[in-house]
Amino acid sequence: MTEKVQPRIDILRGLKDALLAGLVTLGVLLPLIGLQTTVNIRNELILEDRPILLAAMVTSVVVISLLVSFVFRPLSQRRAAVRPEGASLKAAQRRATIAKYTMPFALGFAFLYPLVAIQLAGWQGSVKWIDNFGIQILIYIMLGWGLNVVVGLAGLLDLGYVAFYAVGAYSYALLSQAFGFSFWVLLPLAGILAAFWGILLGFPVLRLRGDYLAIVTLAFGEIIRLVLINWVPVTGGYAGISSIPRPTFFGIPFTANEDGFAAVFGLEFSPLYRTIFLYYLILCLALLTAFVTMRLRRLPIGRAWEALREDEIACRALGINTTNTKLSAFAIGAMFGGFAGSFFAARQGFISPESFTFMESAMIVAIVVLGGMGSAFGVAIAAIFMIGGTEYLRELDFLKTIFGSEFDPTQYRMLLFGAAMVLIMIWKPRGLISTRDPTAFLHERKTIAAKFVKEGRG
Amino acid sequence: MSTPDDILRVEHLTMRFGGLVAVHDLSFTARHREITALIGPNGAGKTTVFNCITGFYKPTEGRIALQSGAPAAWHRLDALTDSPKQKDVRDDGALFLLERMADHDVAKYARVARTFQNIRLFRGMTVLENLLVAQHKPLMQASGFSIFGILGLPPFRNAEANAIDKAVEWLEIVNLVDRADDPAGDLPYGDQRRLEIARAMCTDPVLLCLDEPAAGLNPRESAELSELLIAIRDQYKTSILLIEHDMSVVMQISDHVVVLDYGVKISDGTRDYVKNDPNVIAAYLGVEQDEVEAVATEVGL
Repeated sequence: MTEKVQPRIDILRGLKDALLAGLVTLGVLLPLIGLQTTVNIRNELILEDRPILLAAMVTSVVVISLLVSFVFRPLSQRRAAVRPEGASLKAAQRRATIAKYTMPFALGFAFLYPLVAIQLAGWQGSVKWIDNFGIQILIYIMLGWGLNVVVGLAGLLDLGYVAFYAVGAYSYALLSQAFGFSFWVLLPLAGILAAFWGILLGFPVLRLRGDYLAIVTLAFGEIIRLVLINWVPVTGGYAGISSIPRPTFFGIPFTANEDGFAAVFGLEFSPLYRTIFLYYLILCLALLTAFVTMRLRRLPIGRAWEALREDEIACRALGINTTNTKLSAFAIGAMFGGFAGSFFAARQGFISPESFTFMESAMIVAIVVLGGMGSAFGVAIAAIFMIGGTEYLRELDFLKTIFGSEFDPTQYRMLLFGAAMVLIMIWKPRGLISTRDPTAFLHERKTIAAKFVKEGRG
Repeated sequence: MSTPDDILRVEHLTMRFGGLVAVHDLSFTARHREITALIGPNGAGKTTVFNCITGFYKPTEGRIALQSGAPAAWHRLDALTDSPKQKDVRDDGALFLLERMADHDVAKYARVARTFQNIRLFRGMTVLENLLVAQHKPLMQASGFSIFGILGLPPFRNAEANAIDKAVEWLEIVNLVDRADDPAGDLPYGDQRRLEIARAMCTDPVLLCLDEPAAGLNPRESAELSELLIAIRDQYKTSILLIEHDMSVVMQISDHVVVLDYGVKISDGTRDYVKNDPNVIAAYLGVEQDEVEAVATEVGL
């Protein structure tokens, strides 16, 4: 196709779209952004208007709309017109190859990250980068990979995943306080307990599919949280559990004492050692999750999960016990949630039901969906953007010079979150990496285009 | 009608959905290494019978017994029926009561495989993967319920290699080796039909139930299908139960034909017997038996 296709640009329509988008934004944001309630000196509630901020937001929406109409859309049309048949699959294969070569690089970076952070931010400044960014993101990557078994592979939409995270965290907190077991004993125990709860949840919901399954799992997540709140003698209710024993370096605690980590290794005491240790701990746990789930995918059980997602009735006709297959997916997913939960409790030293709200479940599901269901690499990228992005909002202090010292970028977390979701759903409705990698091949490994792969609908 | 050579005996099968009687007091048998065709006009209850045999429906009444191994097992049928057990597996032949078994157990233990009227392939998985999923049972055992598999131990690796060999063998039979690494959803319709049969055969069945395998195929593909089914019967010693509307296929390959109409058996015998049975002609023409002659001359039969 050598003939150049000139895309038609409808100026009137583009302007109309931009105007409409601006008006809608104005209507929505006028009460949300334009007006703010504050308490004045006489302790009265007053309304303050914020015209500059409002105008900035509306203008940015109008500009984006204009850009879409006059720049992005014509560009993509031209590209679509030029693109020959089957090019999209080739592009997907190219992307898969890139992903393959990125993997060792990403792994190497993950291992060197604490050193890089110390080099760039200094001994004191790096705590924030390793803890708030590194550990936090890795926890969510691990949760995303665990949930990926249930949602991405088996196709069961689980909106209550945080319940297993909570089971893991409370198992660690309660058992370590009651019996004084160490982290290394309780880590597998928390995983087993969470898997047990996964099976327990699995049984009643086996007959449900799709939306119904999603609602029941959501309710299960809330039940666990409400039990944690109300069973005060055991869980401490809203007050939570504090002074949870911290993990030790194979028996050597990270304290300033003589038998502490720093003293034993002849180093100067610093809380950073613990943070770095925790970073490598969660990195190893996350990699374990990835290794096990990716390995399971290539085993008969993993193929049965994916077959279940594709067609449950055909599975039964081939002698696959769908009950056990679903329960195994729930149990494996929950187990990794439990591991992550016990790590979370050990890292925080304090847990309360606040940490296990529905918002967390929604966040993990969003990571899996945005990453592309079933793709470990996509899930990791999505977790970095979603968790790292929201953490990075704290760093945007320079915006205060534009919008005044009252402006707090972290308050726009949900707004940006929603906008990012909408954009991804328009741009890549099946997630960042939507192609499927076959688990076995005869002649050559061909990536399977997203249109053939079923989405998890429960 | 029942002989020791039967593989399947359906006795007094009745299936009611609320007030609707889909199948009424149906009895027939299918014999070892034979192709038994189940035919009848639309809505006759053929697929319902299939769903009862393969465990997808629990019949309202009746007994569905399957025997594999040795004919002598049939002597134990009444004893098994009186016991609460589902199956009686011994060295000298196994006996199964299919109406008591769950659908996946029918496939797993009684080794009854089936295909579907509307093709049910795992569309997002490759052709090869479809055939590997079918070998779930032996692979699952070899993987030590995933524990050996995760560690990548040799017993599992060997089992996986054997499974791929078996898949390739079937891909050669249905002529799909070149497309082994393509998604099943990408195959043309006729290839999907053949792949579904190959997938069912990969479960190592003693009885293969095919629900309208020739639907939507052109005459050349139908002829290929007939050859494939005869090969399955003769070389793989698998008995076949077949629902089919395409009479060219039925009359070419069936050893035994059972005709259903409104859930009741109206004819049962060899293909020549059934072809000339006035009951069957009446049912297919949609008229009473005494009007058959008049209508037949009218339409030029």
